[in-house]
Parts: sequence; structure tokens; C-alpha cells
Amino acid sequence: MAQDILDQIDQDIHTEPMILQMGPSHPATHGTVRFTLTLDGETVLKCDTDVGYLHRGFEKESENSTWTQVFPYTDRLNYVSPLLNNFGYALAVEKLLQIQAPERCDYIRTIMGEVSRLSDHLTCVGAGALELGAMTAFLYAIEGRELLWDLVEEMTGARLTVSYGRIGGLKDDLTDDFAERWGHVRSRLFELHAEVDRLLTRNRIFMDRMQSTGVITPEAAVSYGYTGVCLRSTGVDYDVRKDKPYFMYDRVDFEVPVGSTGDNFDRYLCRMAEILQSIRIIDQCLEQIEPGPVNSDDPRVVLPEKEKVYNTIESMIAHFKLIFEGIQVPPGEIYSYTEAGNGELGYYIVSNGTGKPWKIHVRSPSFIMMGGIHKLFEGGLLADIIPTFDTINMIGGECDR
Amino acid sequence: MSEKLIEIVAEKFPDAVLDSHSRLGNDTVLLDRDALADVVGFLRDDETTKMNLLRDLTAVDYLHRAPRFEVVYVLYSLEFKHQLLVRVPLEEDDVNLPSISHLYGCAAWLEREVYDMYGMIFDDHPDLRRVLMYEEFDGYPLRKDYHIQHSQPRTELLARERDSVEEFNTYVKHEPAAGSRDQ
Repeated sequence: MAQDILDQIDQDIHTEPMILQMGPSHPATHGTVRFTLTLDGETVLKCDTDVGYLHRGFEKESENSTWTQVFPYTDRLNYVSPLLNNFGYALAVEKLLQIQAPERCDYIRTIMGEVSRLSDHLTCVGAGALELGAMTAFLYAIEGRELLWDLVEEMTGARLTVSYGRIGGLKDDLTDDFAERWGHVRSRLFELHAEVDRLLTRNRIFMDRMQSTGVITPEAAVSYGYTGVCLRSTGVDYDVRKDKPYFMYDRVDFEVPVGSTGDNFDRYLCRMAEILQSIRIIDQCLEQIEPGPVNSDDPRVVLPEKEKVYNTIESMIAHFKLIFEGIQVPPGEIYSYTEAGNGELGYYIVSNGTGKPWKIHVRSPSFIMMGGIHKLFEGGLLADIIPTFDTINMIGGECDR
Repeated sequence: MSEKLIEIVAEKFPDAVLDSHSRLGNDTVLLDRDALADVVGFLRDDETTKMNLLRDLTAVDYLHRAPRFEVVYVLYSLEFKHQLLVRVPLEEDDVNLPSISHLYGCAAWLEREVYDMYGMIFDDHPDLRRVLMYEEFDGYPLRKDYHIQHSQPRTELLARERDSVEEFNTYVKHEPAAGSRDQ
């Protein structure tokens, strides 16, 4: 009798996979993205990614703006590190124009770019900890980001939508007390970094959630176009700042942290190590930087001084033409790329010789990584999606056209 | 180094290369679309090129020019650190070209974007759907003749039920390779 009941229980029960919608508005997915998951119990069998909920039309709007008017749109690509997008775009247009920004400008771009990268990495580490329940580490990371954004605000007048880059230069020079302020921020950042490190890196719960989850092999990562931290965590040593140095990255000494296993924990460790390297880069740049102009002297691209605009007719005309007709960029195509917070940020730009771009295409690291994110999810558990999605650090603004 | 890439391609595929140049340091070859998959596959696998990273894939609409479209591939070698832009011109009324999704993992995703925005049809693509716009969207928004102020009429949603067990049974169970899963 008892055996009869047990036999029935032992039989393999017929089960069907379950379809589960995750997103587009899910508290643990920062950014609007939807995963259609096919689950077998708690194991993810298949993941279908759906991005594109922010219909901003970056490329279409860019084609209908002058070259300078594109800057505010680039701010909104990766809105955690807008300065890097600004400078990447400026560099691409400068290559088309075949002009070189002054040395001081390149130093400031390096410094402010690294400030942005710091804020990007701190946000990612902090938010990742928060989603796994570590509220304290989040508060420390966000305090660091606040300090950096205060610096950015002092320099650019805005915290997020900075529009600080200009073709052939910058909106403004560094403020006089920048180095002093950076000194304060820097010492606090080291404390915060150590605090986050102490809270998370040897934390048993954190390690259990992060280690061996969201694993990708180097071959798959390269094939799926992963760049930046996500590629380096697999052991592939690829950083645009080293491979093809731009700005002042060839004059400073820094290391590129590389992981080995390609799991979430390695991505976390790489980001933490890159925070220290970014601080090193800023320190060296501030030591090396010399006084000088921040804007190119090319009258084709840079607005004349205000005093001349109001007092001479030639400058008035030049100003008028630059504002209304836009910078006249010679016809041609260029693919220019820089290292942004999440990976390689490329711009494919086509000019037809007028004041408006014919086409601007952004190779945004997040968008391409979202194309291969199912590789990280499939075969894992549903709960692993939370830390994996954070360490990939998708920024919704980039996943858009 | 990189001039060499153009020579390698021109030597190996003399009939396929329509034009080449290295303006502004960007080495570019214009290819005939029929040879695209062969050339890209060769560039990826050959010992002297090893272009293992597909950096970018996009299209450009040169309105009032024949051929009107160009699809652009940016290939890069992590080992040799050289880059090659491959451009494939396409006529307005014939926008089919071979897919390279069997060569690079990210190509399928990027081809979906180009299909979504420009309407290029990639032959033998495993899963050619819109990626950013919704399924019922009419037209291709990044084409130059799609006006920036153009608005879409309210459309009836397609009748079939999406993301449900029925869809699973129809599209996934009988075609295990559909969707995002690898071949």
C-alpha cells in the first residue's frame, strides 16, 4: 500500500517550461529593459532581450542639428559619465576637420574624463551592492559620486547634462582651485574605496552571489562585441587608452586591471581596481598640466571672443555664421573611438560638407552588450540575473537611437 | 600595416573589391555584396589578419545618390591592432545582402538594428525582427525620406498573443534555434 503511493510520487512529473516577463519596469533592473525568460524551475533556459523603450531618436535629431548642437544629445547617451561622451564626439569631429586641440585642452579632457569614469564605476559598484541588499556600501559609493559631481558642477555648471565639450576645445578652463578641491576629494575617495572594499570584497554573502555567476568565456565575449570592463574581466587585455592612446593617455603611467574568470566578481574587482587607476591618472595630469589656451585658434570652429564680437564687424559675422550655419565640416566619413565607462564608445560620422552632420552613428557599448546578455543568463538561476545585470552596467540612454 | 590589409583583400578577392582608400587613417574597402560573407570570414580566420572583433555595423542613407545605401562594417583585430572598414553599396530597390551572423555573435543583433532603422534585408538571418521599434511600426525611421516630424497612426496590434505559452509552443518548441539562442 505504502509502496503504491511512493511509486506514484517517484514518477517523473510532466512539467512545462514557464514564460516569465522581467521588466520593462522592474525594481532591480535600472533602466527600462525587458527580458522574456523561459524558465525550467528556477533555471533560465532562454532569454529574449527587448530594449528600446526610450524613444529619444538620438541619430535622427543629430541629423537635424548643427555640429555643436549635438553635444547636449551626447550627454544623454551614458548619463552617468556624460563628459566621456562629449569628448569622444569632439575628438571624432576634430579628426574629420583635421584639427588638433591644444595641449591644455587634452589634459583637461583626460582629467574630466577620468572624473566621469570614477563616477560611473562608483555608481555601478554601489548599485550592485544595493541590489544584493548591501545598503551601507551603496551609501559610501554614492557619497564618492556626490563629491565627484560637485567637482563636475563647479567646472561645468551642471551635474548631469554638462555639455562641456566643444569642437576644438572646451566650454571653460579649469577653475583656479580645482587642484585644491581635487586634493580633498581624492583623500576622501581613498577612504570610501577602502570602506567599500572592506564591506564587500571579503563579504561571504556578496561573494556567494557574485562568484561563478554570469560567466562568459573570452572567445564568446570577443565574438559578442564585449568591450571595457566586461571584456577585461575575462582576461582579454583590451583597452583603447592603451591600444591607441588619445588625449594624454600616452603621457601618464597607469595599469589596466585584467580579470581571469569573467564572472560577476571579476567585473566587480576590475571596476574597483580601475577606480584607483583613474585617481592615479588624474594626479599625474594635474602635475603635468601647463597654463595655456584651452581652445583651438582655428577661426573655422571656435567662436571669436565676446569683446571682438561686440566691437568688430568681422567677428560679428564670424560669430553669426558659426551659430546659424554651424561649423563647416569637410565631406568624408570617420570611425573614431574612445574608452568610455562601459567599453568602447565609437562614433561613425558622415559629413556632406555642410553645417549639419549627414549621419552620426554611435557604437554604444551597452547596446552591443545587451545583444549578448542572454549568454550570461542562460543556464543560470533567475536570481543571478540581478547581480549580472548590474555588473554589465547597462545604461538605458545608450541603448537607443 | 593597415595599408597591407587593403592589399590582402584586393589580392585574394580581386573581383569583389570595387574601390579602396585610406582617408583620415580609416582603411576602407568597398565590396560587392555577394562576396561579403566570404571576405569577412576570410579576414576573421586568416592568420595574417585575425579580425576577431566586429566593432560596429551600421548603414548610411545617401539620398539622391546611386547606389543609395551603404552598409558599413568596422572590423578590428585585438591581436594585431589593425582596423578595416568594409562598405557595401546597395541599390534603393534591392536592399538584400548576406548576413554575417554566423561569423560574429553580435552581428545578428546589429543586423536587426540596421533592419529596424533602414530596412535592409539580411538573407539567412536567424531572427530578423525589429529591435528598438515595435513590431507594428510602419516604415524605417532613419531613412532620409522619413521626415523627422512624421508621426505614426494608431495601429491595431497584431492579433497573435505575444510572450505567452502559446507563442512558446509555436515559435520556440518547434524551432529551438529561434529567438536569441545560439545555433
